[in-house]
Amino acid sequence: MELIHNLSLGFGVAFTGVNLLYCLVGCILGTLIGVLPGIGPVATIAMLLPATYALPPVSALIMLAGIYYGAQYGGSTTAILVNLPGESSSVVTVIDGYQMARKGRAGPALAAAGLGSFFAGCVGTLILAAFAPPLTELAFKFGPAEYYSLMILGLIGAVVLASGSLLKAVAMIVLGLLLGLVGTDVNSGVARFSFDIPELTDGIGFVAIAMGVFGYGEIIANLSQPEEDREVFTAKVSGLFPTKEDFRNMLPAVLRGTALGSSLGILPGGGALLAAFAAYTIEKKTKLRPGEVPFGRGNIRGVAAPESANNAGAQTSFIPLLTLGIPPNAVMALMVGAMTIHNIQPGPQVMTSNPELFWGLIASMWLGNAMLVILNLPLIGLWIKLLSVPYRFLFPSIVLFCAIGVYSTNNNTFDIWMVGAFGFVGYLFYKLGCEPAPLLLGFILGPMMEENLRRALLLSRGDWSVFVTRPISAGLLAAALLLLIIVLLPAVKAKREEAFVED
Amino acid sequence: MRIKSQKDFFSGLMFTVVGVAFAWGATTYNVGSGARMGPGYFPLMLGILMAIIGLAIMFTGLTVETASGEPIGKWAWKQVVFILGANLAFGVLLGGLPSFGIPAMGLIVAIYALVIIAAQAGSKHALPSVLALATVLAVGSYIAFIWALKLQIQVWPTFITG
Repeated sequence: MELIHNLSLGFGVAFTGVNLLYCLVGCILGTLIGVLPGIGPVATIAMLLPATYALPPVSALIMLAGIYYGAQYGGSTTAILVNLPGESSSVVTVIDGYQMARKGRAGPALAAAGLGSFFAGCVGTLILAAFAPPLTELAFKFGPAEYYSLMILGLIGAVVLASGSLLKAVAMIVLGLLLGLVGTDVNSGVARFSFDIPELTDGIGFVAIAMGVFGYGEIIANLSQPEEDREVFTAKVSGLFPTKEDFRNMLPAVLRGTALGSSLGILPGGGALLAAFAAYTIEKKTKLRPGEVPFGRGNIRGVAAPESANNAGAQTSFIPLLTLGIPPNAVMALMVGAMTIHNIQPGPQVMTSNPELFWGLIASMWLGNAMLVILNLPLIGLWIKLLSVPYRFLFPSIVLFCAIGVYSTNNNTFDIWMVGAFGFVGYLFYKLGCEPAPLLLGFILGPMMEENLRRALLLSRGDWSVFVTRPISAGLLAAALLLLIIVLLPAVKAKREEAFVED
Repeated sequence: MRIKSQKDFFSGLMFTVVGVAFAWGATTYNVGSGARMGPGYFPLMLGILMAIIGLAIMFTGLTVETASGEPIGKWAWKQVVFILGANLAFGVLLGGLPSFGIPAMGLIVAIYALVIIAAQAGSKHALPSVLALATVLAVGSYIAFIWALKLQIQVWPTFITG
């Protein structure tokens, strides 16, 4: 069996003492930061990315994957205990999780989130391992025209899922694409939009954008709101384990959530957020068993299903990244950046040219999930303590870590000025109601799109019809168009707006 | 004409202006043709696209009725100034500004400055607790970044270490 062979290769890499350690460190750091309210996975990864610069590529990516899962788990802890989604994908977890916590059932809620996520993570990893090789085969058949169309599809997918105005999300993507073009053009050597600033000829650092917009921007936005008293359930999280009845309710929800999450995660633009929303909606539609708590009042299924779904989605969203080299969401865009820093060009060639890295990363995903369950459930007391740290101590620390982190990227103070500038830009976006995640995605894809467009048009001698005459490319574009039409249908449009302002 | 959504109108304006600026900048490079794209081709295309989308957003801001008028609201200038100021001070103290003759003061001084300035952005900032936080962060950063991760960052002012 090829699969077994590959996985054993992966576990061979992941199970070395050093990599286990980095995976553990990543999980702990990720949870540590992710649990802090108001800091999502994107900011967490951006902030911790510099910590991995010195590591060899395999260890660095393993640690980053650990950070990502840690941040996800941490986010759900915050959601359940503080009624504050630490990240967009746990927005729905808040609804029932917090109600459970208020009824003194925070323990079972946390356990349901943890165990559900672990199960989903296992399934997600298997799917990733099984689907990656055939998809990679397919990817080798892709020419520049197909890649270009695929990126269009991915970007449209991301837009559809962004909350708020569709037009603004498209505009943010285009802005991201443009920012991605700043710097020296690889073909002509012309330094574009760099205003004769030597640092800008290398392009804008994506760490600076991510930290500025997601770190500083959020801090300013948070501070500008009147301080509200957060109700934190630090006192009593007793009876961690769910009852038998809980398990009976949880199990089908976890299964449904996992199935949904795994399939939605693969879609370009999909991933954790859509998966969680869809899973919650489906649970709400299924009939309540006699004696079950209704949704919105602390139903355990309302925690188990979205949490399983977002973890499964988080896992399978690695598939487009690892096989096609195309990040399906902002977190994966950061992973692309991380890989480039370590001189790995993400794409189908990674699996063949660098099998240790590829399979090691996949194996470490499973390990990371296992570690998180072990880590999270007993250590929950510690995370709760963290939650009670007041924001006035948190935000100067976050500003500091961003500043040190970005400085260490190049040991150049220019990057610090860039974070500051993008911090203001981030706050501007917040004020104008523009969701920043599509910007980051566009930023990473900008140079890739230009390159593929250039090649496609060069091969077709400037004939734009190449995108619709090649069948795969035409199919991808048709899918993108279909997606747009579906979202713009009045009925779906109303539903979408409703879903994002979930009560 | 009355603006029906301030957020939409002004974000549309922002996108239009930035789009036009990028497109105009792109024309200063060689644009080329589809078959031989110059460095200006793709940015010109995107800039025009963004300007058009921006106009569309402005248009919705003027026509689509919203309940509240979606006001942008007050700007949190105090927070902006202190957070970004803390960031600026950190950079200046850490690396110095040779062009202005400001020497590098190193990481520890920079951390204290950053924490003290940033804390002013919050509503509560008693000096003793801020200093305590700065000390904890300075010690922690030294252990984490200098001792454990061995980052090449200047720790003490130039005039002490020489």
